[in-house]
Amino acid sequence: MYIDPHIHMVSRTTDDYRAMALAGCVAITEPAFWAGYDRSSAQGFVDYFRLLTDTEPRRAAQFGIRHHTWLCINPKESEDIGLAREVLAEIPSFLDRPNVLGIGEIGLNKNSRNELTVLHEHIALAAKHQLMILVHTPHLEDKLKGTRLIMDAIREHGIDPGRVLIDHVEEHTVGEVLRRGFWAGMTLYPDTKCTPQRAVDIFEMHGTERLWINSAADWGVSDPLAVPKCQQEMRGRGHLEAAVRKVSFENPFRFLSQSGRFSTGR
Amino acid sequence: MSIPLKAREVADRYFLEHRAKVLDLAAFLDRYDRAAQAGGEPTTDRSEDVRMRAMVAAIRQLVDGQPDRARRVLELWSDHSTEPIDRAPMKGAIGAAPLQDR
Ligand SMILES: [Zn+2]
Repeated sequence: MYIDPHIHMVSRTTDDYRAMALAGCVAITEPAFWAGYDRSSAQGFVDYFRLLTDTEPRRAAQFGIRHHTWLCINPKESEDIGLAREVLAEIPSFLDRPNVLGIGEIGLNKNSRNELTVLHEHIALAAKHQLMILVHTPHLEDKLKGTRLIMDAIREHGIDPGRVLIDHVEEHTVGEVLRRGFWAGMTLYPDTKCTPQRAVDIFEMHGTERLWINSAADWGVSDPLAVPKCQQEMRGRGHLEAAVRKVSFENPFRFLSQSGRFSTGR
Repeated sequence: MSIPLKAREVADRYFLEHRAKVLDLAAFLDRYDRAAQAGGEPTTDRSEDVRMRAMVAAIRQLVDGQPDRARRVLELWSDHSTEPIDRAPMKGAIGAAPLQDR
């Protein structure tokens, strides 16, 4: 049994839902993200939010998977501050949907001033409505700098770091994220971010407190079964079943339950 | 958290997989050099491509006998500036920031 706490099912097929259910997936959370192209208007985001709060939960339910979501305009589309503010204004009308856990995945992409401005406005929205936050950290060479800028921004708003998950950590960011009291997510990708082997190495080095794994599967090279594959890697090394369950079920369950809206349906 | 595997078992479990990765890396550098030579450009060690210089610098770190290689390689490839940039020049990232003088 497992939870995949970060996956973009709008880009995946129904066969993926079936395979995930067979592999033991009981619940997922789907942050709003970049569609691979820039949307031309705020209305495009409204339709996307309807997909996330209405269509996907029904598609997931067919396979016994509970679907939850996080709303935002992602940092890749935050250079246009005018559009970002229009989208931010639409978010409150979706906050009472039963599967909305909070604001995400917000953060930075190229660590630009406009991205940082829009990040601050998202954090303020979360603070105003007492919502949890899921954070996307930048790619590759931009990750270390961006992770620090994001953590500083969140601290400025006085948000409890125990209600914020900083995602896509790797060996050079995980220690600092955990030391500062945040939760950390490791994304299991074939070429970038973490492989299942490196994720298990990180558990062995940093322990399993406030740390989870996810597939972040989307329209790019990614694997919707990455979490069960990482479970296999742990078992193959001889880790106890209790540790496997902690990182792939209990930790996401504990963090997400703070929203008051998370359920595995069991 | 415990480390259940003994050193010998780590080698048994992962050696062949990583033997193949070392060969892939060697062949990649050869491939780059052949193309560079054909085009009259500097080969890997003197490449003007930030990524190739970052690759060579990382490979040197792997055999310096110090621990935490993965963390140190990622730090080597990271942008260490601290101020936000004025405007995002593109959406993607190339994989390595220009090496710092250190
Ligand atoms: Zn994502």
